[in-house]
Amino acid sequence: MYTIRTYKRVESLEEAYELNQKKTTTILGGGMWLRLGSRQIGAAVDLSGLGLNTIEETDDAFIIGCMTPLRDMEIHQGLNQYFQDLIRDSLKDIVGVQFRNTATIGGSIYGRFGFSDPLTALLALDTTVEMYKGGMIPLEEFVNMPYDRDILVRIHIRKDGRRCAYQSFRNTRTDFPVLTTAVSCKEGQWRAVIGARPKKAALVEGAKKLPAKPEKQDVDALAKEACETLKYEDNMRASGEYRKILTGVLLNRAVETVCGGMDHED
Amino acid sequence: MSDKKKYIGKRVVKKDAMALLAGKPLYTDDLAPADCLIVKALRSPHASALIKSIDTTKAKLVPGVECVLTYKDVPQKRFTNAGQSYPEPSPYDRYILEDRVRYVGDEVALVAGTKEKAVDKALRLIKVQYEVLEPVLDFRKAKDNPILVHPEDDWVANCPVGADNKRNMCATDGFESGDVEKVLDECEYVVDETYHTLANNQGMMEPFVTYTEKDAYGRLLITSSTQIPFHVRRIIANALDIPKSKVRVVKPRIGGGFGAKQTVVSELFPAIVTWITGKPAKMIYSRKEVMVASTSRHEMEIRVRLGADVSGKIRAMDMYTLSNTGAHGEHGPTTVGLSGHKALSLYGPVEACRFKADVVYTNTMPSGAYRGYGATQGIFALESAVDELAHKMDMDPVKLREMNLVHEGSIQPAYYNEQFNAVALDRCMARAKEMIGWDEKYPFKDMGNGKVRGIGAAMAMQGSGITALDQAAVEIRLSDEGFYNMMIGASDMGTGCDTILAQMAAECLECDIDQIIVHGVDTDVSPYDTGSYASSTTYVTGMAVVKTCETLRKKMMALAADVLKCPEENMEFDGKKFYSLEDEKEISLSDLATQSHLGINEAMSASESFCSPVSPPPFMVGMAEVEVDLATGQPEVIDYVAVVDCGTPINLNLAKVQTEGGIGQGIGMALYENIQYNEKGGMINNSFMQYKIPTRLDVGKIRVEFENSYEPTGPFGAKSIGEIVINTPSPALANAIYNATGVRLRELPMTSEKILKGMMENGRAQIG
Amino acid sequence: MKIKVWINDKAIATHIDGDTMLIDVLREKGYKSVKCGCDTTNCGLCTVWLEGRPVLSCAVPAARADGKHVTTLEGVAKEAEEFGRFMAAQGAEQCGYCSPGLIMNVLAMAREMKKPTEKEIKEYLAGNLCRCTGYEGQYRAIRNYLAVTQGDYQLFGKGEVIEGVR
Repeated sequence: MYTIRTYKRVESLEEAYELNQKKTTTILGGGMWLRLGSRQIGAAVDLSGLGLNTIEETDDAFIIGCMTPLRDMEIHQGLNQYFQDLIRDSLKDIVGVQFRNTATIGGSIYGRFGFSDPLTALLALDTTVEMYKGGMIPLEEFVNMPYDRDILVRIHIRKDGRRCAYQSFRNTRTDFPVLTTAVSCKEGQWRAVIGARPKKAALVEGAKKLPAKPEKQDVDALAKEACETLKYEDNMRASGEYRKILTGVLLNRAVETVCGGMDHED
Repeated sequence: MSDKKKYIGKRVVKKDAMALLAGKPLYTDDLAPADCLIVKALRSPHASALIKSIDTTKAKLVPGVECVLTYKDVPQKRFTNAGQSYPEPSPYDRYILEDRVRYVGDEVALVAGTKEKAVDKALRLIKVQYEVLEPVLDFRKAKDNPILVHPEDDWVANCPVGADNKRNMCATDGFESGDVEKVLDECEYVVDETYHTLANNQGMMEPFVTYTEKDAYGRLLITSSTQIPFHVRRIIANALDIPKSKVRVVKPRIGGGFGAKQTVVSELFPAIVTWITGKPAKMIYSRKEVMVASTSRHEMEIRVRLGADVSGKIRAMDMYTLSNTGAHGEHGPTTVGLSGHKALSLYGPVEACRFKADVVYTNTMPSGAYRGYGATQGIFALESAVDELAHKMDMDPVKLREMNLVHEGSIQPAYYNEQFNAVALDRCMARAKEMIGWDEKYPFKDMGNGKVRGIGAAMAMQGSGITALDQAAVEIRLSDEGFYNMMIGASDMGTGCDTILAQMAAECLECDIDQIIVHGVDTDVSPYDTGSYASSTTYVTGMAVVKTCETLRKKMMALAADVLKCPEENMEFDGKKFYSLEDEKEISLSDLATQSHLGINEAMSASESFCSPVSPPPFMVGMAEVEVDLATGQPEVIDYVAVVDCGTPINLNLAKVQTEGGIGQGIGMALYENIQYNEKGGMINNSFMQYKIPTRLDVGKIRVEFENSYEPTGPFGAKSIGEIVINTPSPALANAIYNATGVRLRELPMTSEKILKGMMENGRAQIG
Repeated sequence: MKIKVWINDKAIATHIDGDTMLIDVLREKGYKSVKCGCDTTNCGLCTVWLEGRPVLSCAVPAARADGKHVTTLEGVAKEAEEFGRFMAAQGAEQCGYCSPGLIMNVLAMAREMKKPTEKEIKEYLAGNLCRCTGYEGQYRAIRNYLAVTQGDYQLFGKGEVIEGVR
């Protein structure tokens, strides 16, 4: 059984930051899995009074507050039009609408969970996390940083004209994924992310070497590289070996979607 | 009575529907008094251990804690939690609490307190020293293993079920008719394969919930979400070692049972707390406790051998079942029989038929009752094997079934030599073929997009109550203005039996269904009923309703004749009035009801009991169309058709929803629900987060029709429907996956990974 | 700590602990339609609306509802009854334990989406588990309800739609 000694709805990020310097403090995201743990939490810090639950579109970026529910991103027209439904595709299979109405993007990204769909998707984009003290940190750097006592405030996704696609494989439709992939292509430069291996999402280096219009063998080679360089493991949902096979299948499907989209635009 | 039915076979809305849909406080926890002590259990982290010492001193000091109980505080007298008629076939192999724990999740101690937080804190403060023992986790290695799950000397089997705790044996079973080995030797075609089904969790949405209090007479009043109020009364009294007369059990609305609540689970612990403290107490199982510490479907490994002649006539059938009953024997000796009898009886009768079984103890979660009760496992094995036989013969598996399926009038050696009086299995098959387009679609179609669609078929049966054992009584009273109070002991657990039985009564008494006021269940008030299990309620309790109505009609006619002063043989009753054409006299039902309360020496009440010498099987055919992704192996159920012969469906809506729901559960068992244990015997899939029951996106389209037969021993020709409907998905989907991909999966669940692995071996995979 | 929550438009002030979840407050205050089925945010039984949005009340800290509007099934009784009649007409409530959560989400869907497709309906309601029905009867009820309340739908075949409930 988890316990919370004090629940603190803070008035400023500074207040939250100060409270969070204590090890027993927890910054609440959606709070979805609070009850799963048996943590004895001293102070639970609620940021929901700080207006950080909006999606703002500027000329060159989408700026998403950490308390924005996943559902808001899923149905946000601007985001999904700009990124060809990548965001929606990466969120729609997560448990259910009610869950996504309270689970926050800040909680999802800060947690850097292995099974995270949005982490996979956002890594394929030019995404930066805005930390309260740490400032702007590229997501691909943030993903491998140790957990510290800073606060994730916003997520910035650059509008850089990227084509992208998302693929996940699940045993049942709303289960945790067995594997996630996201790919994107900007001016012939590819980026590929594999997550839920079940380790957390990671970029596949070799994607940079993909030709602008890759053939199947190029993608297969990329998948092979991913399987050789990234860590794959078994869990109760599938074996590491099966995940390796899925890597090739999902990568090919995602790349095809992106190429198909490009052809369509041509 | 006219032949035209007013309520039978109609789509009658459940009597409690609108209250349930309004979210009214009708379930156990909704009704519990606010001042109940909260009861929780400390559970074993070990699969097998002895408690060397247990220190509750600190736990008892937590403010708000009322009592902490260990094995030292409870009667050391063995009993079984299985909800079965006495003497239970399940061995008496448990205490309320014991100094030995036999699976991860087993109860070690109980804490009761005024606040949940205090109870949680006290649980953390109990100090237990265990002597950890090596467990028996693999059920294939349990029989005659030197490590014993139940080494104790006071273990006892009350029935001759072939149990022997010194061999880890909970039961053995079997029969043979004809010479199986000889006939198999003569057969041109023989298959010999082994199939494996896992434990499944029933997954009803309402967990186990019970609250207990002492009544004005110092008796123990138990309100519980149970399918078996009368068995609970007996089991609790046995366990607490108190007279049965001291216990009263009330069943309110139930949020699903599916067999899980055919076993005592949450009742004992608050009961002993109340008995000791005199205070009301409540226990609500967490979902994790439901998953790890109740009873699941029996894991079974089943070897099937079938032999056919060159024409496709099946001549011999042989099944051997190894069943894992887990740490305790609840329903162990009885489920296993169904894996043979209720699979083999789908065919023939064949020349030679044999069934053998062993039921073993292991240090895993106890098994128990789950819809289908062994038949599900046996039918998966047999119906898979029949397809394998057909493929060996290069024959359409539906054709093979059509040649061999059981027909009306058969006397089945595999079914205790009972005669089947109502069998529409052949018509079910014909209609299912038509519905799914079998002849056009068999065996598969390449969709041209990296996907293939295959179809598969399976037949199923079950029983209707337990032969010569299940018993139900019903009492109906005439009340003011001519409404009727109908008292039943059968447990409506959401299936709608209160309504179904009222439909029958309204039909028999020719009245409006709103005139039938159903009451169930309160063991102080309701007439005896073994409970709602074994597909018994519609058939067994239904017949008790019919019999009771007949008796009551006679009594009311006699009273009417007396009041009207005309000969009884002249009297007629049309549901509204009693009249004699000859004497030109009549009295309304309402007036008779009034008369019956005015100085009459005869109570206008009737009560009859019913127990059937047979258990007429319902039958069904399920056919599935499954699309498989050749790159990932992922199966998707496109279409599932089911045609059911439940005799006469009493309530078309409820029969249909039962079928759709059973198929939904069956699809979960077949494809997704994957109980796994870690190497220390801890269950990994202990929540709905990790044990994935199907969502509405995972079941595909389910289409249901009925082919009626008429069962002469049942009410209005009815047989059962509750359990049979879970039996076809596993084999039908296995057969469809085989037809789509050439991959034969003999172990459940049939995950994408297993299918892809098979396709990589047979060259059908398209992964690059 | 003390919070004030508008439950079904009625202001309710109450003391809670820091770790109290919204579902506990609701049940304690007598809104017994709200059920807990899984403890792990997977079943949807505890669905209520927070400021009009369907959420899982087992995972919303009660403190977060301070000053906000919560709606339970009791607060939309009339609409719930209207939809309930379609469920009852199919026998699709069965044990009824998942019904309140489902109904809250169906009514939220009907507000959020006009004339949803089968796929949209099933995706919107995927977080509402039911172990009794196999979901088909619920789907028939939902389609019939939407057909009547939103119009212009292909109804089920003849005989599928049953007259209202007595």
